[in-house]
Amino acid sequence: MSQAALAHTDEITPEVVAEHGLSEEEYALAKQIMGRAPNLLELGIFSVMWSEHCSYKSSKKWLKTLPTDGPQVIQGPGENAGVVDIGEGLAAVFKIESHNHPSFIEPYQGAATGVGGILRDVFTMGARPVMNLNALRFGAPEHPKTRHLLAGVVAGIGGYGNCVGVPTVGGEVNFDPAYNGNILVNAMTVGVAPANRIFYSRAAGAGNPVVYVGSKTGRDGIHGATMASAEFDEASEEKRPTVQVGDPFTEKLLIEACLELMATDAIVAIQDMGAAGLTSSSFEMASKGGMGVELDLDRVPMREEGMTPYELMLSESQERMLMVLQPGREELARSIFEKWDLDFAIIGRLTESGRMVLRWHGEVVGDLPIDPLAEASPEYDRPHSQREAPAPLAASDVPDVEDLGATLVKLLGSPDLCSRRWVWEQYDHMVMADTLGSGRPGGDAALVRVHGTGRGIAASTDCTPRYCLADPVEGGKQAVAEGYRNLSASGATPLAVTNNLNFGNPEKPEIMAQLVGAVQGMGEACRALETPVVSGNVSLYNETDGRAINPTPVIGSVGLIEDVAKAVGIAFAAEGETLLLIGGDEATEGHLGQSLYLRDILGRAEGAPPAVDLAAEKRTGGFVRDQITGGCITACHDISDGGLIVALAEMALAGRMGCTLDLPASPSHWAAWAFGEGQGRYLATCATPDGVIAAASEAGIRCMLLGRTGGDSLKVADWAPISLSGLRAAHEGWMPRYMAATA
Amino acid sequence: MGLRSAVIVFPGSNCDRDVAVALEQSTGQAPAMVWHKESDFPEVDLMVLPGGFSYGDYLRCGAMAVHSPVTREVKRRAEAGVPTLGICNGFQVLTEMGLLPGALLRNADLDFVCRDVHLRVENTQTLFTHRYASDQPIRIPVAHHDGNYYADETTLDALADNGQIAFRYVDEEGEVTSGANPNGSLKNIAGVFNASKTVLGLMPHPERLSDPQLGGNDGRPLFDGLVEALQ
Repeated sequence: MSQAALAHTDEITPEVVAEHGLSEEEYALAKQIMGRAPNLLELGIFSVMWSEHCSYKSSKKWLKTLPTDGPQVIQGPGENAGVVDIGEGLAAVFKIESHNHPSFIEPYQGAATGVGGILRDVFTMGARPVMNLNALRFGAPEHPKTRHLLAGVVAGIGGYGNCVGVPTVGGEVNFDPAYNGNILVNAMTVGVAPANRIFYSRAAGAGNPVVYVGSKTGRDGIHGATMASAEFDEASEEKRPTVQVGDPFTEKLLIEACLELMATDAIVAIQDMGAAGLTSSSFEMASKGGMGVELDLDRVPMREEGMTPYELMLSESQERMLMVLQPGREELARSIFEKWDLDFAIIGRLTESGRMVLRWHGEVVGDLPIDPLAEASPEYDRPHSQREAPAPLAASDVPDVEDLGATLVKLLGSPDLCSRRWVWEQYDHMVMADTLGSGRPGGDAALVRVHGTGRGIAASTDCTPRYCLADPVEGGKQAVAEGYRNLSASGATPLAVTNNLNFGNPEKPEIMAQLVGAVQGMGEACRALETPVVSGNVSLYNETDGRAINPTPVIGSVGLIEDVAKAVGIAFAAEGETLLLIGGDEATEGHLGQSLYLRDILGRAEGAPPAVDLAAEKRTGGFVRDQITGGCITACHDISDGGLIVALAEMALAGRMGCTLDLPASPSHWAAWAFGEGQGRYLATCATPDGVIAAASEAGIRCMLLGRTGGDSLKVADWAPISLSGLRAAHEGWMPRYMAATA
Repeated sequence: MGLRSAVIVFPGSNCDRDVAVALEQSTGQAPAMVWHKESDFPEVDLMVLPGGFSYGDYLRCGAMAVHSPVTREVKRRAEAGVPTLGICNGFQVLTEMGLLPGALLRNADLDFVCRDVHLRVENTQTLFTHRYASDQPIRIPVAHHDGNYYADETTLDALADNGQIAFRYVDEEGEVTSGANPNGSLKNIAGVFNASKTVLGLMPHPERLSDPQLGGNDGRPLFDGLVEALQ
């Protein structure tokens, strides 16, 4: 067997090393690991394996500080997705992942393949995907690219999820000039699997066949992981060819074929080919099992002629999986994939060598040690600056409202608070026929019944970047707390979270400080609320021409409601019911620092974000859940962006009925009362409030009578009634009008 | 013996399980799931073509499914009078097969649309619709990119004259308005019958609101009505 190709190392110039995104030190380490200079194929492999995207080299040190365990956790971080127990022998499998850089360059395909990638992470583990969510950030509405990017991303998410037949049930959309040059597209999938039939990526059994299934490999997405690990500049849009193209039809077939094969005993290990494609999947599987691999790259199904080993190892073509099969089960597996008209190829076998040996028509063209690449990738303790928490802003330093109704109409019709109906009506949010009526988009949590049971999974994605920018620690906490509240407000018990850490360039100490602070706050909150982080993704270098995004540590929360019949939504349920404010205290009331009232009405971004009292969050959340599952509450909504009166208006609009508030005394500062964003608070309605009030008093939780539902307006003290029709026109109007306008 | 039904599964069908659940709920027995590569399947009282994206719908929606081995058999039986229901993509396939008149074009605003719509039942004297009242709008969801019903004027007139219009999009009060039309369909048509009323195609998804927990139950009378009529 010839090994002449391994000697082709003279083509590795410093320029070539730099083009592959490796520093001089990293290249020196690569040579040391190899015991020689790598050839171009081997260099390409180092490049993607050690990219920030695949290696987490800047964030690893901090990610290790997050809580990842609990009695409900079946699998924490480190696999394709996290797994938690949901009872009745079932498990929820979930993860969130970013596709930020590709979506900015080519919004439809970037977003579509983001959905495809996260779906594969979940069904790779043996789970049928049952819900998709997302978290999207765009630039200022008036920025010339925003409309095009929003339209493309939404169409891409819908185009993929709708065709695959997994409902897209929840998410969030924000606008801010900080995302003008770097939008964020984070996609989350939740799946359900038998708890004792979870599939992992750890390769085992020397001699076992390594099998490639799914789509053929093309030239798309080469160096996608490297692109996602660098800042943007003016030339970045020339990288369009590195964005992959999605094929949701093939993904649908791949889901069905994989789940059919998973019902047999044929699979030893399985891994999807995501970022860094065949390289990453083969190295990770081998490394986890302490195995070696021999691959015959000429056997890889190829989409076009003339492809090279380098391209095959680095392609990020979509809808592909790699698996290790039990010996003798190859023909069973082949018959299933042929039934579904998918490619199936035995491309190699496991060895005990601990090395990755790559052959091309019999010739060895690459030979690398596996563990040093997969495990010993660099880990950096990047410097982070110290920053002082901003001083709180007193309500007395903020002008009060002159017209409560007009201000509410303006806020509800603003880009960040208006209805997202234009978005979610383009997503099939009901396919699979398990999306609960109370858990459709537009409420707090998405709620999907676990097929064939009376249980439900609740999920939500949350982050308030303006809080994180002002104070990363409190912002990190708040993202976790808001997810906790969204789930609790539907009646579901939060189980665990997945996180998507979106930041700028970590080589800048002030950006690194944001990451460190957000992870710290997130960790504190997850510990206190007993919602461990079971999976996640990090997206750094979200900068263009030196301008970073706002720190955006998105939390995807997953919870369980044991009886879906007990779940409630945000819509007022009936006329004449009592309206209650549950939670909070004097100190959380009236917090206007970093509020939307301050930003969107007064044009100021000042002060500290609202503080999160984690013990109070836990106590209040538990109380609200108990009252909901006990059947005492008919509708519930947490108070977040825009404050109490915005939450009230959302409940009224959803229920198509108004309410009258009877306040014991006029607030001293109406804007603080109405628009303050103090944490830990819920609005709830009930037919008979006495039991809830007594229980709250016993639990030491504040529970105030606010008023009663009914009528066709919001009546607040002596203010002029605020008509629902006016609120609805403002709330529903902005986004369709914006999208219909031409730039 | 309960109603025997079959769901025809194409590659890319994704509402096959949903309609199977609704059928089982009404008939008391699981339908036969018939893979598109089958050229024959057991005798049944009802055939259902489910929603989804057969063959990815990369070509004209439903166009590829016409060439599946199973399709010839479905067409033979439907023409022999076996009741046949096509929902969403299934409706598109039935028009491509020539079992139903007209065509489903891209939505007028070009966007995919998923929302609850109100429908007026235009003909309540059929196997499929006899459990509905003509003066009571029903609410079930649509979810499609290509639901814009088109037929030439002569065909539209004939459909109206022969009672072949099954459902029309209406507002909550039951009025046919342009605002109630989610996709630009001519005459607000949401579903049509063949001449003998044994084949029904509709864009909305009755199987998705056949369970009060999901937010409504207006789809269920269609399935219950079929059981009653066909037993």
